[in-house]
Amino acid sequence: MDEKPQRIVLSEEQRRSRRARSIAIALALGVLVLLFYVVTLVKGPAVLNRPL
Amino acid sequence: MSSIGEGARVTGNRVASVACEPSIASVGDYVALMKPRVMSLVVFTALVSVMIAPGHIHPMIGFTALLCIAVGAGAAGALNMWYDADIDALMKRTSGRPIPRGRIAPGEALAFGIVLAAFAVGVLGVLVNWLAAALLAFTIFFYVVVYTAWLKRMTPQNIVIGGAAGSLPPVIGWAAATGGISVEPCLLFLIVFFWTPPHFWALSLVRVDEYARARLPMLPVVAGAEETRRQILRYSVVLVPIGAAPWLLGYAHAVYGITALIAGLLMVMFAWHVRRKRDGELAQSAAHHLFAFSILYLFVLFAVLLIDARIVS
Repeated sequence: MDEKPQRIVLSEEQRRSRRARSIAIALALGVLVLLFYVVTLVKGPAVLNRPL
Repeated sequence: MSSIGEGARVTGNRVASVACEPSIASVGDYVALMKPRVMSLVVFTALVSVMIAPGHIHPMIGFTALLCIAVGAGAAGALNMWYDADIDALMKRTSGRPIPRGRIAPGEALAFGIVLAAFAVGVLGVLVNWLAAALLAFTIFFYVVVYTAWLKRMTPQNIVIGGAAGSLPPVIGWAAATGGISVEPCLLFLIVFFWTPPHFWALSLVRVDEYARARLPMLPVVAGAEETRRQILRYSVVLVPIGAAPWLLGYAHAVYGITALIAGLLMVMFAWHVRRKRDGELAQSAAHHLFAFSILYLFVLFAVLLIDARIVS
């Protein structure tokens, strides 16, 4: 007999907060990408110069 | 086992679990986990240090450094709240934090703090320089392990030694801007270091009952209010020459020096009021005033140092 696996059903509040967290993570990653892009442009070839 | 929030549970002294339900934590809860008010002070002191450091730093690199320092401070705050969730639940001032309220599970806060710390240190190292990144990593380690996990529950000198973590951001800022460390950032370190005890002890005088209930060995709990008032006055007196040291040693102009001396003397005056007014409402109000003025003191000193370096020069 087939038994359907039990799934968690999110409440409206849980769904809303998950969506807000997902958007925040996406924005943070976007900012990180932009940051690396701009700093690479700012540094130019010096970006490869990495003295410890 | 007792309930302390919407879902969190305490076993013994630790927050043991949060009901295994999908998270309802909002973005605001995660922002609160990063202690934004502490973060603002950290960013401000680091900003001044970056701005007064010699040489030129590209604004984008400076911004990146400050962003990483802010995120690193937030990571340290999150890890502090994860470790201290049990005592936070016992104190009125901290019981509204996301973990005691059951908004964020301890494990989520731990993961959040570790990820933020790794990103902050890694990005600072890759995009700015590795000395600044190493100092940031050390600061987070010192705040979380040395202060939070070790000293805070062990000794009344917790905030004296632990204050080093809050004093390092200007040094990180300087290292980010110059690639090295010199006397000036060490003076900024000393100012924040000697400012920390009177600032926090003024708060702990007001909240002594809460600290006692949480069994935290803050100075007023262990040594009494009288000794705390004495220590506050001593540190405030020592802070006067240290605050003026950038001017006395020739790193700042008279504008800064005179401001630092006046602000330092006012700090001593507030500390003296705390020493003299020992009972009832007057004592509480004197401690409140010192706490509030100490924040203004640090802000004014660093703001005038910035004006002195960028405008007067």
